[in-house]
Amino acid sequence: MNTLLVLASEGAKNLSIFDPASPSAESIRNLSMLVLAICGVIFVIVEGVLCYCLLNFGRSSEKGMEPPQVYGSKPIEIAWTAAPALIVFILVLVTTRALWEVETDPPKPQSDDNALFVTVVGRQWWWEYTYEIYDGKKLGFTTSNELHIPVGQKDKKRPVHLALKSADVCHSFWVPRLAGKTDCIPGRTNYVYLQPSQPGLFLGQCAEYCGAQHANMMIRVVAEPVDEFEKWLAHEQDIAVDDPQVAQGKGAFLSQSCVNCHRVRGTSAVGTFGPDLTHLMSRKTLASGMTANSPETLRGWVTDPQKVKPSCLMPAFGLTDHDRDQLIDYLLTLK
Amino acid sequence: MSIIEQEREVIQKQESPQSTPVLDAWLTTVDHKKIGVLYIVMAVVFLVIGGCEALIIRLQLMYPRSTLVQPDTFNGLFTMHGTTMVFFVGMPILIGIGNYLVPLMIGARDMAFPRLNAFGFWATLFGGLLVYFSFVAGGAPTIGWFAYAPLTERTFSRGSATDFWALGLLVSGVGTLTAGINFIASILGMRSPGMTLRKIPFFAWTMLWTSVLLLFAMPPLTASLVMVLLDRNLGTHFFDVQNGGSAVLWQHLFWFFGHPEVYILILPVFGMISEIIPVFSRKVLFGYEFMAAATAAIAFISMGVWAHHMFTIGMSRVLDLYFAVASLLVSIPTGIKLFNWLATMYGGRIYLASPMLFAIGFLSMFVIGGLTGIMLAIVPFDFQLTDSYFVVGHFHWVLIGGTLFGTFAGIHYWYPKVTGRMLSERIAAWQFWLLYIGFILTFGPMHVAGMLGMPRRIYTYEPGMGWELWNQLSTVGAIIQAPSFVLFVYNLIASAWWGKPAGDNPWNAWTLEWATTSPPPVYNFETLPIVHSRRPLWDLAHPDDPDWKYE
Repeated sequence: MNTLLVLASEGAKNLSIFDPASPSAESIRNLSMLVLAICGVIFVIVEGVLCYCLLNFGRSSEKGMEPPQVYGSKPIEIAWTAAPALIVFILVLVTTRALWEVETDPPKPQSDDNALFVTVVGRQWWWEYTYEIYDGKKLGFTTSNELHIPVGQKDKKRPVHLALKSADVCHSFWVPRLAGKTDCIPGRTNYVYLQPSQPGLFLGQCAEYCGAQHANMMIRVVAEPVDEFEKWLAHEQDIAVDDPQVAQGKGAFLSQSCVNCHRVRGTSAVGTFGPDLTHLMSRKTLASGMTANSPETLRGWVTDPQKVKPSCLMPAFGLTDHDRDQLIDYLLTLK
Repeated sequence: MSIIEQEREVIQKQESPQSTPVLDAWLTTVDHKKIGVLYIVMAVVFLVIGGCEALIIRLQLMYPRSTLVQPDTFNGLFTMHGTTMVFFVGMPILIGIGNYLVPLMIGARDMAFPRLNAFGFWATLFGGLLVYFSFVAGGAPTIGWFAYAPLTERTFSRGSATDFWALGLLVSGVGTLTAGINFIASILGMRSPGMTLRKIPFFAWTMLWTSVLLLFAMPPLTASLVMVLLDRNLGTHFFDVQNGGSAVLWQHLFWFFGHPEVYILILPVFGMISEIIPVFSRKVLFGYEFMAAATAAIAFISMGVWAHHMFTIGMSRVLDLYFAVASLLVSIPTGIKLFNWLATMYGGRIYLASPMLFAIGFLSMFVIGGLTGIMLAIVPFDFQLTDSYFVVGHFHWVLIGGTLFGTFAGIHYWYPKVTGRMLSERIAAWQFWLLYIGFILTFGPMHVAGMLGMPRRIYTYEPGMGWELWNQLSTVGAIIQAPSFVLFVYNLIASAWWGKPAGDNPWNAWTLEWATTSPPPVYNFETLPIVHSRRPLWDLAHPDDPDWKYE
């Protein structure tokens, strides 16, 4: 089934719920196979009886003797009440087991637990990731649009616990190969547990309509081997690169309204409404996965974000070409 | 003019209703038959509008990163498409058919409250017009048909579109509620002598339970809409999370209405199918008592399953499980109905006239929609399927495969009674096959796209996700479906002039509406019919073998 679906999917990206790469997605896939089988059998039986009736009891004219009138049959009707009831009972049992497996409360962080705790905040229309604790040690940096997580070994599991929040309206965090959807509801915190079984890029997107650019709130989960992950972690924790060659651009950035929304750690820019730009150039995409991250696309974005992502919350600032190019030169150093 | 001549003129005007202009007759009528037709005409007009909205949606989604429409145009289209189809097509058409038939089926002269009946229609229509007014008042609402908070707060939805949406639905909802009151009062209080509640036609029984659900579900919706309007216009904070309100409260309130609503959209159809299958199989409905009990069970259970639309919001496992179990339970009475219909056909003499063609379409499709519903009730499976194109496929399957096919069956069945003329069987067959094939092609692939990770309500999608093929199939299916609706409207209009004259009982059916002329006189029956069984006309035709001996 899963090969068929992957083949039919025509492309390199695989978001099939039947190709799980994490425990909860796997529990769901196993449950779904049983449910699909039961539903398939019911389908064949019911449609089969319908076809049989159409083929055997048809008549071509309206005239003719009325057939024997059968008003009912208590034994038969009880039987076909009891049989579905039994099937429902079985479904309830398997649902309960899978539900208790999939929906668990997150543990408290402890030292040397190899666990990663990240707070995910859904925002119109991008994802903010605040890395809280790893292996019992506090982290406390914020990045956006790319969620890096470690891949554990069989003997050394590395669970990832996400706390899901919203800064504005309802969103939903959905990476089909890793877990079912979990909503980001303003005013409450939900939890989801990931544990990738293999390294790779796992895609998803927001799954609760949240306004104009709901379609472009992509999720990119980068699952990497532990050493690569820890290297990434250490790099992200560093403050921003301060290249003296782009001092003018940095000055321009800090004096413009950019700092009202964006943070660049190690500078005076501490805005929290937009994505943290400290390591902007370490990310592969811009605009929450809409475009690749390159000098050209960055230039286009800073010139007029509304042309790339209409209705997004960053306006065009009407910068002169000179100012904008200086700014871009600075941003390009934020690796 | 002398006084005597003036008085004579006044008396003549009162005694000759033909002198009243046609428009005036329709605008001021309190006759349940005319009101029924008004509801149906309103629904068909909105069906075409809603269908055009859907066609544009499908054309936009044909190719990834398409720029056929702007993002917010698309978001307005799917909001209006859903709102239109549920509130201005589904409910009015079923209430309209019920309005026309229920008094006839129970041997009554009209509904219990004729003027309330007229009010209900005009309120429903006016609500629809109010919602559509948003198009010229700054743009359609872009909140989705279930309008989750806090997206509906003024912060996130500027402009007046959301206000028009809420106000229009509020007004429309009041009209719908009065229809429910009328059906209950009429069915309980105005039946012909001899027609106990156990002998009413099955369609009347389902309209009774639909009305119970209307009474149960419309008030919470009305209250929620008032709360949204208050939040947006008078500074309250019911759903305003940043000031202590609750986003989840809206979801609970809306779905408390929303789930019974979909049963309101299907129960009348179950009733129509239960009238049509027996007539075209020439056999009495198998197991009327179990069917009646199953209807009541479905109505009751549907009141307690609403949060299966909210499995991903983070409710406790216990609550999730309760709603899963309750949702799975509804499959038992629904299964009973399916089996009873099949048993009615079994051993019968099945004649595939257009009503039966659509009824078979309903039967074959509804079982699939029911099965995907079971999949969605399984909470962990739902975690993957909900809010994806799988669920879009599911609900369109039950709404089109169920409600629409069933409604078309009913319209083809009762059109001769309403107009005195038969619909064209040839056009109906073309309509059926175009719709059946187009519908399967549109909504089947959506189940696959959903399982491949495509969420719903997105105005476009990335290339290379594996979704192109399924979207293209869906769009081709929509293009195949579209002409079927044109054929339907043409059939309705053309047959009124050129259809074969129908006579009182063209289908040789057995319930009371077929005992009067086609169309019925304004007073329905010349003499009060006295009934002894569920099939009065069968008893008349078979005096040696009447139903009441076996019921």
